[in-house]
Amino acid sequence: MATYLEINKKQVNGEKWEEPFYLNMGPQHPSTHGVLRLFLELEGETIVNCTPIIGYLHRGVEKLGENLNYNQAIVLSDRLDYIASAANNTAFALAFEKLMNLEVPRRAKLLRTIACEMARICNHLLWLATHALDIGAMTVFLYCFRDREWLLNIYEKICGARLTHTYVRVGGVRQDFTQEIIDDLYKFTEEFPSRIYDYETLIDVNRIWLKRTKGIAVVPPEDAINLGLTGPCLRGSGVYYDVRKFRPYDAYGEVNFVVPTGKNGDTYDRYRVRMEELRQSNFIIRQCLDKLPETEGEPVLAENAPDLLMPEKIKKPEPKPVPKKGVIFRGADVPVVPPGEAFAAIESPKGELSVYVVSDGSNKPWRLRVRTPSFVHISAIPYMAKNHMIADLVAIIGTLDIVLGDSDR
Amino acid sequence: MGIEKDTVEIAPGIRQVPGTPVVISPIDKIINWARAGSMWPVTFGLACCAIEMMATGASHFDLDRYGIIFRATPRQADVLIIAGTVTKKMAPIVRRVYDQMPEPKYVIAMGSCACSGGIFKTYSVAQGADKFLPVDVYIPGCPPRPEALLFGLLTLQQKIKREAKKWGFWR
Repeated sequence: MATYLEINKKQVNGEKWEEPFYLNMGPQHPSTHGVLRLFLELEGETIVNCTPIIGYLHRGVEKLGENLNYNQAIVLSDRLDYIASAANNTAFALAFEKLMNLEVPRRAKLLRTIACEMARICNHLLWLATHALDIGAMTVFLYCFRDREWLLNIYEKICGARLTHTYVRVGGVRQDFTQEIIDDLYKFTEEFPSRIYDYETLIDVNRIWLKRTKGIAVVPPEDAINLGLTGPCLRGSGVYYDVRKFRPYDAYGEVNFVVPTGKNGDTYDRYRVRMEELRQSNFIIRQCLDKLPETEGEPVLAENAPDLLMPEKIKKPEPKPVPKKGVIFRGADVPVVPPGEAFAAIESPKGELSVYVVSDGSNKPWRLRVRTPSFVHISAIPYMAKNHMIADLVAIIGTLDIVLGDSDR
Repeated sequence: MGIEKDTVEIAPGIRQVPGTPVVISPIDKIINWARAGSMWPVTFGLACCAIEMMATGASHFDLDRYGIIFRATPRQADVLIIAGTVTKKMAPIVRRVYDQMPEPKYVIAMGSCACSGGIFKTYSVAQGADKFLPVDVYIPGCPPRPEALLFGLLTLQQKIKREAKKWGFWR
């Protein structure tokens, strides 16, 4: 830390004053999308260096999940990425189902796909609203929230909650759609493409929007892969990768959709990719709705799905299995869940979300690990923000679509 | 002569001199009326509840019609809505934001996490915002619906209207 006298001396001797200007951005900042803190090193108004500091929303979800049974752990997943809860639920449920060798009924798969794609639309609408608000377009914010409210009302009819709905369960979904919900969704899918057109007319030809997004935070494809970007951020750089296409889960194998990619890898391309994804999600929902009558009357929960309150022990008149060395048995006579490990990855609206779970035979996961896209995306901020203005930093945070609950866990 | 004889009560506690535009009222009434009509919360989201807070401020449940406008700086705000989980790392910063707000200031704890820690009873989460802040209104729910937040804000308005002698430097 240089004292005032030293600064004066340097100026008197004609030397250039070289200590950079440090600025702290956050954690209380309206456009850091939560509680992200950025430590900036500036030269004038240009960012020389940028250090993200996270952990302000670390709630110990992984540790908490190890003390709850499998069905209860899904409840925690809602609070990770709270904008697209259904996608998180699905990731957890897929991993647990792999562990328990459950076969999900086809109707449940279709319902899950619809819930996931609704979550994607909700997420992208909120992203567009906040991103545009940060850059300076207030009207888009109001338009997007109007349509998001429509979807949230449908969610409420499905399961009673607006945001943190644990609709997806281990082995299926909680309950079937009623005819009213299907009619509502048909009406939504009919009208939504015209709404997307509305948003585009608001900002697509706006000169300020173009100036603030084109050529900002350019990520070449090689760098995007090296930085570990996934989801729309990766596809915006022109890399054709989507978990839904490459490793289809649920009902994604039987629906048609296009994976949009960008060219230049700048903020504008990522915006275009997300707008196209809105259309594709709408298309996927429509296809799944058309397939629903084929599976009329099927159960929506697998027959051998675990009870909501999983038993801690299953007593059988058999001799105790000899515990292996290094494996801790939590007092279970017979494994409730087969011991082993499972991994599942899904394409969440923000990127690739994967869950790794280890079971020791008891009704609780022995280890639960979540790889969240936001955590990786935050690590790309220093690369993207280099040699940009402070005002562009807001656009960069917006374009990465980060949620701090997702990153800090 | 007397205040009760010469004036007419037009509202509880407010009296008018007949035939004139003169109104006699305790200063508490006027100040509380002004304060309750323009509560400006800080734009300060912590977790999930912040999304519902944004939804409350947006087009469908318009907060502006109650005179509630979000301000991005604590220096211009009256109400701090603690929307989300407060971790032990975040608690000193929440406290600093509260300290930066000018008097009079009010705190609303929104959601189970801010009320009591909620489901996150772990090593890193502060078990309720009332551990380090004087909370005026608690709104339970995970997250509370926008209607619940509106009801909480209206409850705070009722509370402000009941206040007495909370003005001036000797309050």
